[in-house]
Amino acid sequence: MNEIILQIDGRKVQAKEGMTVLQAAQSIGINIPTLCHHEKLESYGACRICIVEAETGGRTRLIAACVYPVEENMAVRTRSEKVDKTRKVLLEELLAHAPDSVPLQALAQEYGADKDRFEKEPSFCVLCGLCVRYCAEVKKINAIGFSDRGAKREISFIPEIASGNCWDCKECFPLCPTSYLQAAYVLIEALMR
Amino acid sequence: MFEDKVDEIIDQYQSDPSALIQILLAIQREYRWVSKEAIDKVSKKLDVPLNRIHHIVTFYKAFSLIPKGRHEIHVCTGTACHVRGAPRLLDSVQDLIGIKPGETDLDLKFTLETVGCVGCCALGPVMVIDGEYHGKMAPAQSEAVLKNYA
Repeated sequence: MNEIILQIDGRKVQAKEGMTVLQAAQSIGINIPTLCHHEKLESYGACRICIVEAETGGRTRLIAACVYPVEENMAVRTRSEKVDKTRKVLLEELLAHAPDSVPLQALAQEYGADKDRFEKEPSFCVLCGLCVRYCAEVKKINAIGFSDRGAKREISFIPEIASGNCWDCKECFPLCPTSYLQAAYVLIEALMR
Repeated sequence: MFEDKVDEIIDQYQSDPSALIQILLAIQREYRWVSKEAIDKVSKKLDVPLNRIHHIVTFYKAFSLIPKGRHEIHVCTGTACHVRGAPRLLDSVQDLIGIKPGETDLDLKFTLETVGCVGCCALGPVMVIDGEYHGKMAPAQSEAVLKNYA
């Protein structure tokens, strides 16, 4: 594996080829906020909270740190005016769906996001996919999946699989940033009776 | 009898998981819906998790989880057809068959849908029944056209 040298927040970092910007940052103790990222799972790049500014070959753009692989001579800024502003708007949009989510509120405070900026659309799920991916990749049970698409997309348990497996597992519960998952489970549990 | 046909379709594709959507489409064509039994069977034989199939059949509009009618009526409500009187055509079709867009009548004869644009705006307002195009439809003509479908 080739070594790649890049800069993150002005510090030199040695990273292996194929590593993501997020992994490189974590290796030297720089914190990039994430919502849909989980170390046991494949990167997903859904929430975009991990957005950072990356400069390569004189061009600067916003990239999602959890999915973007490191490049030679890349200069990454994990906090800048543009990054903070982007994260703020992303948080405000997510908060329109899940205004009482604890992790979202903590981030909102840091970035000065106003939870009432956008009209409320309380779906309570931010579609981070943590539960769906954890069930598929780690547990290999596939008891929960997505259904529909676009604005109507939602998570749904498959009753036949959930009834036999979920009660004793529930490992996805603590992953959920909004607690909507638990609600979805209780709902499907009522249907299974 | 039901079981045989689904098996047959799956066998045509050698139970290949990469042909999942093709298989589901063939089932949809055969039965005019994708039943729970069919999904279970496909999931088992192709070794594809149920949640994936569920995601796919709810994602694409080509699939229906409830039985559709023998004839599918698509009334174009795109801009050109709208200007040329699609709302009145839609009203008259609704009155004639007694269902709203997205619904299927009790005899499973007709399913009514609205579509964005079918690409022949010069013929507007357009109504497509089972892939057959009926252009320049006046609301009064719709009864005569619908009579041709049993």
